[in-house]
Amino acid sequence: MGIRQTLDNLEPHFHKGGKYEQFYPLYEAVDTIFYTPPSVAKTTAHVRDGIDLKRIMITVWLCTFPAMFFGMWNAGWQANMAIADGFGAAGGWREAIIMTLAGGHDPGSLWSNFLLGATYFLPIYLVTFVVGGFWEVLFAIKRGHEVNEGFFVTSVLYALILPATIPLWQVALGITFGVVIGKEIFGGTGKNFLNPALTGRAFLYFAYPAQLSGDSVWVAADGYTGATALSTAFQSGMSSLTEKFSWWDAFLGFIPGSVGETSTLAILIGAAVLLWTKIASWRIMLGVFLGMVVTSGLFNLMGSDTNPMFAMPWYWHLVVGGFAFGMVFMATDPVSASMTQQGRLIFGALIGVMTVLIRVVNPAFPEGIMLAILFANLFAPLIDHFFVQANIKRRERRTGDPVGENA
Amino acid sequence: MSEPNAKSVLTTPIFKNNPIALQILGICSALAVTSSMSVSLVMSLAVIFVTAFSNFFVSLIRHHIPSSIRIIVQMTIIASLVIVVDQILKAYAYEMSKQLSVFVGLIITNCIVMGRAEGFAMTNSPGMSLLDGIGNGIGYGFILMTVGFFRELFGSGTVFGLTVFETVSNGGWYLPNGLMLLPPSAFFIIGLIIWVLRAINPEQIEENEFEMKANSQPKEAV
Repeated sequence: MGIRQTLDNLEPHFHKGGKYEQFYPLYEAVDTIFYTPPSVAKTTAHVRDGIDLKRIMITVWLCTFPAMFFGMWNAGWQANMAIADGFGAAGGWREAIIMTLAGGHDPGSLWSNFLLGATYFLPIYLVTFVVGGFWEVLFAIKRGHEVNEGFFVTSVLYALILPATIPLWQVALGITFGVVIGKEIFGGTGKNFLNPALTGRAFLYFAYPAQLSGDSVWVAADGYTGATALSTAFQSGMSSLTEKFSWWDAFLGFIPGSVGETSTLAILIGAAVLLWTKIASWRIMLGVFLGMVVTSGLFNLMGSDTNPMFAMPWYWHLVVGGFAFGMVFMATDPVSASMTQQGRLIFGALIGVMTVLIRVVNPAFPEGIMLAILFANLFAPLIDHFFVQANIKRRERRTGDPVGENA
Repeated sequence: MSEPNAKSVLTTPIFKNNPIALQILGICSALAVTSSMSVSLVMSLAVIFVTAFSNFFVSLIRHHIPSSIRIIVQMTIIASLVIVVDQILKAYAYEMSKQLSVFVGLIITNCIVMGRAEGFAMTNSPGMSLLDGIGNGIGYGFILMTVGFFRELFGSGTVFGLTVFETVSNGGWYLPNGLMLLPPSAFFIIGLIIWVLRAINPEQIEENEFEMKANSQPKEAV
């Protein structure tokens, strides 16, 4: 009970009148990391449920682990393959760590690959956590709300959708924008209408396109250029995509891309846990999936002589780019998605349709899931509004009583 | 309304009652022309000129304008002034007028000009109206120049075309922020300026249209 005692001894200093009164949110955050919050409902009727915000967030965080660990390995493997082909290693402190702990760039060695990926991913995650956490705490102290576990999820999702080679100062800038503009100015967790992680990435995407997109950013080897699976299809058609990668490669994740997005399998493992624990809405995921299948099917039927993306079948849309990651982790964000059950299906379908539309007919951006989710976030309140109004009208027709007072 | 005095008419529109930051008028041109400071400056001067003199002339003839056609009369005056500005720019600053393109012409539809003519000049003396026009033009210009400053500095590393941050493409260290060159960035900057202005002048904060639930407080520390 050492930690509990230490915390209890410290607690009076953070109370009203204590010398660190204004830092109470910080104390509270540390306390709830170690222990269950002691507050319980005091009124008579309340739902008995073991799951609270903290547990939800930690579960989502854990669910990203398969994608995260696979992503680290894959980032390392891609880089080691390129280095084995004669491209230069990144050098610097990363090289020193790898040489000390793994002894070389061997793409056949699990440990070497993993370590190389980790030297890229962990700094990104650390910077995200420190910088984003700084803003969270600053606003928490200033506005007097708690620092809550939502940031665990935001930070890990944000770090996973960046390419491994991104400069760390851009990581810091992006998460600053995501947390401050995307969330805190609207009142903090639970009041943001956009997904903060995607807001941060969208900022970087438009501000520094050279570091966030293109062919040279995905593999951490000097001078190496390799298109992602999606931009291969975008530039030269499905046949050159299938020559380069098999569907199983793409499904299992042996393709270049942002750290966490490559392996559809690892993401689906996370999705299974999220669905089993009922944390993520299956309606949203289903909506996204069906929207994508129907729209890509339509494009397949239409066909096009000039645009090779028309021919991409749905099972390829599912495994390339960030589609799976967006569907499982981003679209299901409970705050920025629709709240009504039927609305969630529509909300998801809007994302699926928009993703394929942007991927196929937009000449500028090969990937569409990020913009599609942000777009649908904007429409979520409107979708909810229609369903809520429809429910009110239906009740009125049934009972002649709009508010249900006599029901 | 009490009799306006010259100083307050001239200065309140700059921070206290800024046409862009508080009245949220004239946003479109603030998005379109602020990617560089010199363009913002010319645009600001053009708008100051037009608001000042449209206010002045509308006020001069305010007792002779039939109420039913007053908007048309105001538009005629504003449009004539805008054409004068446009022609002067074309004659003496052709390159600049090409950069400003349609946005000089669109001063006609700038809500600030119309709003001041209708809201102030129709009920005040010509001298006051002139000052009010200048003040509102300066308020507009202040936002434009601030937005232009940040967009040009972070978007291309320069201020008034003079290099401040040497960009990577010229062998320097600064990687330009591409978002700043896109018009939406002006939305963010104007939003942040509004945030700053309202933090300084809390009386500008609007009433909540509906009450939002308070943030969950840290557990009561008693």
